[in-house]
Amino acid sequence: MIPELGQFALALALILALVQGILPIIGAWRGNAALMAVARPAAAGQGVFVFFAMGVLIYAFLTYDFSVAYVADNSNLALPWYYRITAVWGAHEGSMLLWVFILNVWSVALATFSRQLPPAFLSRVLAVLGLIGVGFLAFILFTSNPFLRMLPMPADGGDLNPVLQDPGMTFHPPVLYMGYVGFSVAFAFSIAALLGGELEQAWVRWARPWTNAAWAFLTLGIVAGSWWAYAELGWGGWWFWDPVENASFMPWLVGVALIHAQAVTEKRGSLPAWTILLSLFAFSLSLLGTFLVRSGVLTSVHAFASDPRRGLFILGFLVIVIGGSLLLYAVRAPKVAKGKAFAPLSRETGIMIANLLFTTAAAMVLLGTLFPLIGDALNLGRVSVGPPYFGFLFVLLMAPAVLLLPFGPYLRWGKAEGRQLTAVALRAGVAAVICAIVAAFFADGHLRAIAGIAGAIWVAAGTLSYVVKRWREMPRGRRFPAEMAGMLIAHTGVAIFVIGVMLSESLSVERDVRMAPGETATVGSYAFRFDGVRETTGPNWRADEGEVTILSDGKVMTTMHPQKRTYSRGQIQTESAIDAGLFRDIYVALGEPMDATDVEGAWALRLYDKPFVRWIWLGGLFMMAGGALAACERRFRAKKVAAVTQANGTTQADGTGTGSLA
Amino acid sequence: MTRLVPFFGFLLLVALFGFGIWWNTQHDQHEIASPLIDKPAPAYALPVLGEAQRTVDKASMLGKPYFLNVFASWCIECVHEHPIMMTGMKQLGLPLVGFNYKDDPQAATAWLDQHGNPFDVVIADREGRTGIDFGVYAAPETFLIDAKGVIRYKRIGPITPEVLDREIRPALAALAKEGS
Amino acid sequence: MLRRALFWLLVCCLPALALAQAIQPLPFRDHAEEVRFQHLSAELRCPMCQNETLADSNAPIAHDLRRQVFEMMQAGKSDDEIKAYLVDRYSRFVLYSPPVEPSTWLLWFGPLVLLVAGGIVVAIQVRRRARQTPDAAPSAADTEDDW
Repeated sequence: MIPELGQFALALALILALVQGILPIIGAWRGNAALMAVARPAAAGQGVFVFFAMGVLIYAFLTYDFSVAYVADNSNLALPWYYRITAVWGAHEGSMLLWVFILNVWSVALATFSRQLPPAFLSRVLAVLGLIGVGFLAFILFTSNPFLRMLPMPADGGDLNPVLQDPGMTFHPPVLYMGYVGFSVAFAFSIAALLGGELEQAWVRWARPWTNAAWAFLTLGIVAGSWWAYAELGWGGWWFWDPVENASFMPWLVGVALIHAQAVTEKRGSLPAWTILLSLFAFSLSLLGTFLVRSGVLTSVHAFASDPRRGLFILGFLVIVIGGSLLLYAVRAPKVAKGKAFAPLSRETGIMIANLLFTTAAAMVLLGTLFPLIGDALNLGRVSVGPPYFGFLFVLLMAPAVLLLPFGPYLRWGKAEGRQLTAVALRAGVAAVICAIVAAFFADGHLRAIAGIAGAIWVAAGTLSYVVKRWREMPRGRRFPAEMAGMLIAHTGVAIFVIGVMLSESLSVERDVRMAPGETATVGSYAFRFDGVRETTGPNWRADEGEVTILSDGKVMTTMHPQKRTYSRGQIQTESAIDAGLFRDIYVALGEPMDATDVEGAWALRLYDKPFVRWIWLGGLFMMAGGALAACERRFRAKKVAAVTQANGTTQADGTGTGSLA
Repeated sequence: MTRLVPFFGFLLLVALFGFGIWWNTQHDQHEIASPLIDKPAPAYALPVLGEAQRTVDKASMLGKPYFLNVFASWCIECVHEHPIMMTGMKQLGLPLVGFNYKDDPQAATAWLDQHGNPFDVVIADREGRTGIDFGVYAAPETFLIDAKGVIRYKRIGPITPEVLDREIRPALAALAKEGS
Repeated sequence: MLRRALFWLLVCCLPALALAQAIQPLPFRDHAEEVRFQHLSAELRCPMCQNETLADSNAPIAHDLRRQVFEMMQAGKSDDEIKAYLVDRYSRFVLYSPPVEPSTWLLWFGPLVLLVAGGIVVAIQVRRRARQTPDAAPSAADTEDDW
């Protein structure tokens, strides 16, 4: 009975989404206040029903309702409750429901926290979100219904893929979707602007916090996914340029370009067409990612079950949403150069160059991901595109961006002062060279490690230099507005990330060893003593657990317990043991006993010493924090009156932000 | 006009995806086209299953085209393919050579006893080294080798009635035409 | 079709299952040889579990091919020779790096072309802007807080 309620709720949500999608747009077009006022309540109503449907599905999992086919396929009696919740989004149908759920989270948030937006504009924004909801709800109801029953009801279910039974999996998809789906807000703002012809700065100011927040979530989601792959999948690798990883990375790259472009358009009024186009691209890439994972067009470790019917449905949806928005852009985007002029040497140009690099990087990732498909289409034979392509070109494209980074805050709007730029270049350059020389002594000739240090110090010293300048020149309380603090933290995150990547990639040591109990192997600067294997059990698994003692200079540092688990359905999973540290990770994976009949004897083990690997995710977290902080900038929440005044074309003083800081 | 560039770029992408969906229904993404098609089969010399003293090598098989079917007792798909091996493939009239891949001889013999033995001779590659030379990466796989010892066709995965009609019969017909 | 999909899923798409058998201690002569082996096997694709490198795949063929690579290394073959050996048998697909040849020019040079084209567009727009009337110099209202 209850699952049917869930299905019914989705149907009602679909109707409300249609209402939300159609009536307010007509209202905004005709100036009909009553129709426009439908937007908020409709969004609230849709939200209520979608939240209810999600609740129903979670309830079905928690109560072991195996009469629901999706629950039976993805959980069983032995699965702990927290993984039964994870199983809600562990497969295709549930993940689609999660998508719509999060779309509604953003819509309800927007409907609640947007008092300062003019009604016509808000109507259009909510209407666009409603129409997107229509597409996804229809997709769920007609092709991917998680509430379908399985009769007769089985006594016990299948299982959630053991790889997904990890805290990372509980966390990664919802956070990632908050980012992916969050770009729909920037998208909706741009469509509303194109429809309404309101192409002054004000709408970009309203869009900025939402866009920064979505980007921060996406950053966190990608970091979580990378960390989870490292911890759970036992490769010691943290990024594989897998098609589905790329599907989340492309919107992220365009998102970086977008948040910077929004800064330009908000503060100077210039390049609005680029800002709009980038927000269309960002969301389009999010939708594209959704398509790629579910259509079976590309094989991937991640891919959900593929079905041509579903693939075609999503493709049709893409055509309407993306094609429609790009057509609208072609017709309605501003054609005349607006806003304030800027000299060739200026922050505007700097951001344009950086955006070009990021957008090209996104295009490169798209090209590489799709090239096997292009190869099939053009009969070029089976082309294999992997990390040697992506990693190589990505570094090539990002290197100039890293070089530009310290100059960012020093480049003034409109026209930069060459003097300041050379000063910071000198400071950062000297610091980088000195650190590189020092690193050369420790790095044993690993060029990548040295280059990584140089690049990171270049960015860090330049950023620090600006922090000091700002501290000296501004009075207390006005030194670091949230937006600027966010920028500085995020840029610092880049430096940390570069160190993490370059050092861990060049200085990691890995060995596959055969060890009998009592034997010791040396990897990097640590000795690993294998102390045998014993059996343990968990809620839905039993395991062979090894004990490995780590010694440094003869002193015991820690003991690690890698496991080889067998789950209730027979799947075998390796749980690597990781000793995490800020400056290095020690990683041990248990393989097979050398003699399958003698579990007490020697085993194969894989041992790693990975320096600075945590800095990769730490850098990502700094970037996320920067984005989140920037989203909190008070100026973005300017009162409606002030916004309206600016919309009527007042002087520049208000637009830059000094006015509304108080 | 330049503002329409993103739109047309997107349409190209849609065309590509549409093609991808269609292509997927026709092909198995996991298949790797063999680079050995129309190239001489690797030289091999393997013991016969159960008769270690007897060896079959490439030279001894020259003169007539034959099928080489890679199978193993641990291979689930081979069980599904086996009925066709016993009937349709046998009816084609060509010698069937079983290539027992990375298997335990006793298990393989028991498997053939249980499911039937359509092969004229079964050779055993216990280590898989000859398999590497043939580019084998999974069982079942089937090769069509012509009278001169050249690989003319390779099937990755089980042979089904559709594959038999759509691919194998035409390949044989092409061979026959060459002969005459 | 579904059965085959399940087979791939079981063997290949549970990567942690992969690692257990991907761990294959081999008698390297020294650490440098071990590092060379690790790099080489990370550059090769497992023909069966096609989303995994030869280094990380548990498929039986990966085990055999790792042994093969090791033996060829010990026999003194170069990286290129080892790769050629595998490409002859398993096609180019076993390499992660796409070759640079006319069929892949779009792949390798496309991004560069895009960058140059984009650079031209940016240059044109910047030029156009610079020619606009002097709003470019910082005005009195622009304090340092117009950061």
